[in-house]
Amino acid sequence: MHKYEKIWLVFGIGALIFFLSVIGVSAFYLGNQPPSCLATIDPDKVDQTAPFNEPGLKKVEGKDWDYELVYVAQAFSYTPNEVEIPKGAKVKFIVTTKDVIHGFEVAGTNVNMMVEPGYISEKVATFDKPGEYLVLCNEYCGAGHHMMYSKIKVVENQ
Amino acid sequence: MSKALTKIDRKDAKMVMAHLYVAFVSLAIGGLCGLLQVLVRSGKVQLPAGISYYQILTVHGVILALVLTTFFIIGFQFAAISRTAGTLSNGIRKTGWAGFWTMLIGTVLAATMILLNEASVLYTFYAPLQAHFLFYLGLTLVVVGSWISCAGMVAAYVKWRKANPGKPGPLLTFMSVVNAVLWFIATLGVAATVLFQLLPWSMGLVDRVNVAVSRTLFWYFGHPLVYFWLLPAYMCWYVIIPKVIGGKMFSDTMARLAFILFLIFSIPVGFHHQLVEPGIDPAWKFIQVILTFMVAIPSLMTAFAMFATFELYGRSQGAKGLFGWVKKLPWNDARFTVPFIGMLAFIPGGIGGLINASHQLNAVVHNTIWVTGHFHLTIATTVILTYFGVAYWLVPHLTGRVLTKKMNRLAIIQGVTWAVGMTFMSGAMHAEGLLGGPRRSAFSTYGDAPQALEWIPYQIAQAVGGAILFLSIILCLIIFINLAFFAPKGEEEFPVSEASEHAAQPSPVFENWKLWVGITAALILFAYTIPFIDMIQNAPPGAKGFKLW
Repeated sequence: MHKYEKIWLVFGIGALIFFLSVIGVSAFYLGNQPPSCLATIDPDKVDQTAPFNEPGLKKVEGKDWDYELVYVAQAFSYTPNEVEIPKGAKVKFIVTTKDVIHGFEVAGTNVNMMVEPGYISEKVATFDKPGEYLVLCNEYCGAGHHMMYSKIKVVENQ
Repeated sequence: MSKALTKIDRKDAKMVMAHLYVAFVSLAIGGLCGLLQVLVRSGKVQLPAGISYYQILTVHGVILALVLTTFFIIGFQFAAISRTAGTLSNGIRKTGWAGFWTMLIGTVLAATMILLNEASVLYTFYAPLQAHFLFYLGLTLVVVGSWISCAGMVAAYVKWRKANPGKPGPLLTFMSVVNAVLWFIATLGVAATVLFQLLPWSMGLVDRVNVAVSRTLFWYFGHPLVYFWLLPAYMCWYVIIPKVIGGKMFSDTMARLAFILFLIFSIPVGFHHQLVEPGIDPAWKFIQVILTFMVAIPSLMTAFAMFATFELYGRSQGAKGLFGWVKKLPWNDARFTVPFIGMLAFIPGGIGGLINASHQLNAVVHNTIWVTGHFHLTIATTVILTYFGVAYWLVPHLTGRVLTKKMNRLAIIQGVTWAVGMTFMSGAMHAEGLLGGPRRSAFSTYGDAPQALEWIPYQIAQAVGGAILFLSIILCLIIFINLAFFAPKGEEEFPVSEASEHAAQPSPVFENWKLWVGITAALILFAYTIPFIDMIQNAPPGAKGFKLW
């Protein structure tokens, strides 16, 4: 192997190891894992299964987050279709679908996950900036896919 | 050195050309669909006659990502084998034709279902969206046809090895066989989900489908698929480009090593497409993220080999200074310049790939139009411009014509307009994606949401870029038709570079297929067995089919 090629590959592989270390430490030490909820649900009985029988925002006590925000996705809408969250709240999103695969993206945040029939998707996020956030479907789900959205309003505490 | 050019046998040439006709017809159809998509998404244009954006999008993805690529690759690899391992036997050529017709019938079947709006499920056909069973059957035939052809390639290689005992296989033939083996192993996943899950389910034999298993099998196939596209481009870079510029291949051994590394590391990495989905333990996702990063190593080796070849050539021509060699490269030769633009695009393309695969960072860009911008750099610039650069000498070589100066100039213009159009389109896609704009979505203001309104200027920039790209496609088609039917008769070279005389013979270990396939299988089993068993053991009730378009 050429001397310069060795230098190049040591530098390149070193960079890859550095990148992997950064995301590895973030994932396993700081707990920043991608949404990977392992809970399942009967996709035909979403409306009868807690917590999806009562979609919407709920205050919770004694947990690492302040609120649980439950969504049911179906072609081509989310329930609820508008939510108000107090500024600074730490919110756990809990989402499932009644039909096909949907996306669940809160634009401008790191909340971005696949929602698949039979599975529950979860992600915790804190909303520090007031304003209107668009929730949209970013996985093709049929003719009305681009009409599938919901809104989150982050409001100052009264 | 004899001056007579080595020509591919005429019968082999005919079989290869059949593949290229399908590839370039696909380019025309798929390119037109792409233009319509960017126009719709600009918000200024609506499709006539109730044609749906998603139907056009399905055509675009299937015909460009699956049909154009597969036909071009199989045609090119047969040409490479015929050129470097000798004329194909009658049996192997017939195998090639059998593969060709099987794939073509499959393509027509799938295309018919898409045009009848029975299969607007995009090229990833995620269940439980349920297409007509003939769509899945058509795709099955495309894959089966490609298996027949790849078996022909392997047979040609085995025949050469028997006739030349103890010698390393010719480099282009060896590389073609690596890609064929990669394809056999990768397509097992998509074949499994289509044959055992989607076909019986779409025919009504079973009611429900396990969605997570189907997606996992798809992405087991979906990532090596992109290496199946990329390796023929690397064949051109490693073996053909050095000859075109008049230089020498940097290292035969390192080229073989890079290809073996691609075989090993390109498959057990599918979870990096599934990072933000439920039902998979994040530790297993991270293991596949590590393996994904490994596959960057052979690309780093390739980058070094290319620029080493260029610099050595430039210095042999008397270039001085650190970058003087750049000026000595044959910029007025489309066979070099068009693939070179592709190489440059792989720098941001590769960096973007590492970002996408970075575990939790993926959530920032997943399913945003950033991803579309990414693969329009990698497949739709790096790979496709290299294919075009190959076609510009391969087509006249096969048809007994020449690439004239005029066509050469047009080809360079084609490459440059592509670069300009793609800079606008892919650049705007990357930027819009970072702001959250979704991929695979028709024009929408999402109820005049302020965030969505911010995305529209980027969508107009994409339409501008897409229109320039469409012009570039028209140029490409003009050149192809000229080279196939109208260019003056003559002899065009099929450039194949030789390793320098001082280079050591490549080690026979590279052709120890049991070893490499064994390692590949072991890594696949390591990366997939436990999460796959989890998926089946903890499966929720299956999903019923839906037709929501």
